[in-house]
Amino acid sequence: MMASYEDEPMETSPRELTQNPLRKIWMPYKNGLPEKHIPQRKVCMTNCPTLIVMVGLPARGKTYISKKLTRYLNWIGVPTKEFNVGQYRRECLKIYKNFEFFRPDNEEGLTIRRQCALTALNDVREYLGVEGGQVAVFDATNTTRERRNTIMKFAEQNEYKVFFVESVCEDPNIIAENIVQVKLGSPDYIDCNTEEAIEDFMKRIKCYENSYQSLDEVLDRALSYIKIMDVGRRYLVNRVQDHIQSRIVYYLMNIHITPRSIYLCRHGESDLNMKGRIGGDSGLSSRGKEFAQCLNHFIQEQNIKDLKVWTSQMKRTIQTAEALSMPYEQWKALNEIDAGVCEDMTYEEIQDHYPQEFALRDQDKYRYRYPKGESYEDLVQRLEPVIMELERQENVLVVCHQAVMRCLLAYFLDKSADELPYLKCPLHSVLKLTPVAYGCKVESIFLNVEAVNTHRDKPENVNISRLAKEALFTVPAHQ
Amino acid sequence: MSHKQTKLTQNPLQKIWVPWMSSKLSRRRGSSVPQFTNSPTMIVMVGLPARGKTYISKKLTRYLNWIGVPTKVFNVGQYRRDAVRTYKNFEFFRPDNEEAMKIRKACARSALSDVGTYFMLEHGQAAVFDATNTTRERREIILSYAKDNGYKVFFIESICDDPEIIAENIKQVKLSSPDYIDCDKEEAVADFLKRIECYKVTYVPLDDDKDSHLSYIKIFNVGSRYLVNRVQDHIQSRIVYYLMNIHVTPRTIYLCRHGESELNLVGRIGGDSGLSPRGSQFAGALGKYIKSQSIPDLKVWTSHMKRTIQTAEALGVAYEQWKALNEIDAGVCEDLTYEEIQANYPEEFALRDQDKYRYRYPKGESYEDLVQRLEPVIMELERQENVLVVCHQAVMRCLLAYFLDKSAEELPYLKCPLHTVLKLTPVAYGCKVESVSLNIEAVNTHRDRPANVEVSREPEEALLTVPDHI
Repeated sequence: MMASYEDEPMETSPRELTQNPLRKIWMPYKNGLPEKHIPQRKVCMTNCPTLIVMVGLPARGKTYISKKLTRYLNWIGVPTKEFNVGQYRRECLKIYKNFEFFRPDNEEGLTIRRQCALTALNDVREYLGVEGGQVAVFDATNTTRERRNTIMKFAEQNEYKVFFVESVCEDPNIIAENIVQVKLGSPDYIDCNTEEAIEDFMKRIKCYENSYQSLDEVLDRALSYIKIMDVGRRYLVNRVQDHIQSRIVYYLMNIHITPRSIYLCRHGESDLNMKGRIGGDSGLSSRGKEFAQCLNHFIQEQNIKDLKVWTSQMKRTIQTAEALSMPYEQWKALNEIDAGVCEDMTYEEIQDHYPQEFALRDQDKYRYRYPKGESYEDLVQRLEPVIMELERQENVLVVCHQAVMRCLLAYFLDKSADELPYLKCPLHSVLKLTPVAYGCKVESIFLNVEAVNTHRDKPENVNISRLAKEALFTVPAHQ
Repeated sequence: MSHKQTKLTQNPLQKIWVPWMSSKLSRRRGSSVPQFTNSPTMIVMVGLPARGKTYISKKLTRYLNWIGVPTKVFNVGQYRRDAVRTYKNFEFFRPDNEEAMKIRKACARSALSDVGTYFMLEHGQAAVFDATNTTRERREIILSYAKDNGYKVFFIESICDDPEIIAENIKQVKLSSPDYIDCDKEEAVADFLKRIECYKVTYVPLDDDKDSHLSYIKIFNVGSRYLVNRVQDHIQSRIVYYLMNIHVTPRTIYLCRHGESELNLVGRIGGDSGLSPRGSQFAGALGKYIKSQSIPDLKVWTSHMKRTIQTAEALGVAYEQWKALNEIDAGVCEDLTYEEIQANYPEEFALRDQDKYRYRYPKGESYEDLVQRLEPVIMELERQENVLVVCHQAVMRCLLAYFLDKSAEELPYLKCPLHTVLKLTPVAYGCKVESVSLNIEAVNTHRDRPANVEVSREPEEALLTVPDHI
């Protein structure tokens, strides 16, 4: 991608730069208008969308992986969507009778299933083309080479890169657990009792087994894929083509399904919190110290095995963790969002000194970057190694900050960039997250110690021209 | 259920809050690599000669040290050379050569013993045991040793059957080995190939069934395929990720700073100023230089700061902005001159001179923080081919330290002058560096460590090494 210099004069004067007021990004402009191309470092620098194709017998965790991977990619900023062919089949067929639908000699069944796959692929094309998606996860068994060839032809025609994710597992305990966790609750088995459902599902798996052609080291050596064996004990990785595939492999190799809980909370109320000031590095107020003690009791009561405790490097989270009388680890990456020139200010002072900044922030709170500070978007990038390590770990308590907790919560609960900055993370409440089925169960536990509210909702008027009181309408009360 | 509220105090150098009297605070001080494990890790290479084991060993060691995991390579071939002094020919490696076998076994044991010393006495965290380790018997010895001492073991096996790759390896690193110092090229190649044959007879690769309880990665044909088995912990996961991102395709990395900025001229640090007239000249000269290099598919990266972007703009090619490439955040010292820092924060100024790598500016960053921030940049540089990185002084020092294997002590004092391009080309086990000055005058921004770093020093002593400015 080298520019051609032959036709251009030697001394072309460089383009003028202007700084985008919202994101504080410098970009070139011409005739007073910023150039459209803003060369930002995005995760996916390839113009080529990627089609991730799941492969595996039923109850091998394909949908679990599809959903989790999709959630992760969206969180780090790669627009991703999953396409579950089983869902298309349910919409087409309306009523599921029994496993006979999946018999390899059921011509009618095969026709419907093939049609569903094609419909799903069409929707993939729509998503990756018109809707601006970057990655599509094609969640189906895709157990025959023939089906996979069809998909690859489709990808070739549309210039998508293809990456296969195959899940191979022969452990009957894991398969049984899968069935209990996610199949019994499926719409297919809504009118069956547990025993009937399991029996039928096992027969369903059998229907696929005879024609199953696993990705082969020799025959499929030209393909890009990861084969996950026995829920992550072993991986075979072949021909990783680019950055996004490398990130996907790294993520898949770090996730596990061992039951565990993640506890998220903020530091106890701080002195600056009480005064309605943002940022800074103050210590706990007396109520904050009380919370730290209550947190200690709570954690002890929970009786958590091998709990790891993480804090930021700011005084208030460390003071909170100190009350737990347990070892804890300080992560700079967990520090609160840097409010730059607005550090230590009240919202009233920000409105007073930087009314335009204040308005821009309300216009796009996710992308807005404080002058000499950070944006939520920056925070997510900073927190990615924390998320990766949380995936590797088991029981963890993270004592952090409002904006940081919103980002982490958005990852676990699959919240969009628009929702993220407005998630409610009040002081003195612990969120207990437990992975269950395809998602996360959340329990919110308020530890009964009063604290100021630090949540500022988006006001109605976000225009720069608004009056001060319109801007300050939603500021929570403080000293 | 005592209500003691431990007081916190902030370590003045690193700005880390620690309890006044702590026994429970975890050792880790916020580095990017958690010291979750107290067990050191032995990384054991496996593979026939000329399969890239030493290349991987050295590169991995360099990476781990850079991210803050003290790591050392133990190359058993080196122990053998020290024991045997003169290498005659491949017959030494014949599997039926009992005398040689004794020597080789002793060398391996000696290396293992040194691994123990490194872990126990020198605070090492990872040791790379670089040898063929091609028999199950040899690997058992290592596993026993590790088990007895409570070390974790992670195997890295390199498997390659492409004769062209092997021939290229031999050319790049074997011909110049001390073993072949008095041989002509053809003799050396012939002997080395016979050496490989000696190992092939007894080579037992890691077996997916028999060795399924071990932790390992198998690398096939320089990375087209990997088999990863039982990754135990964080550091092994990072090692796997790193190994899967490196490649051996020839390429060149260009590092330079932005052109001289307005703040550079007046001796101020940090900030977000634009280029000075000389800085703009440099940008133009950089454009010409890059064009003259005729680099295929060059990627250009800048930071988010105006001065690097202005520089890249002059190149007339597409570039990518990375926030991670922003200059070190000098916190309260942003936009100040060194004289002003001395006047306003003399203690901070002294602390910085005492330990420039770990020193964190108040409300700012340290070099140690910078390295953590830059790790994804390094990872992507490893994936890429030809890249030009237009960055900043402290950032460039960190990147350079990675490529040239500089220690944390040396890193903050590496010379990265304005208007100079460093051209890095991987060669053999390291990196060739060419320094290209584009012949445009600029201020010097390099401040050496002064002789007196005590907090009690006089201002003149502190400012002795400050470079000239307006």
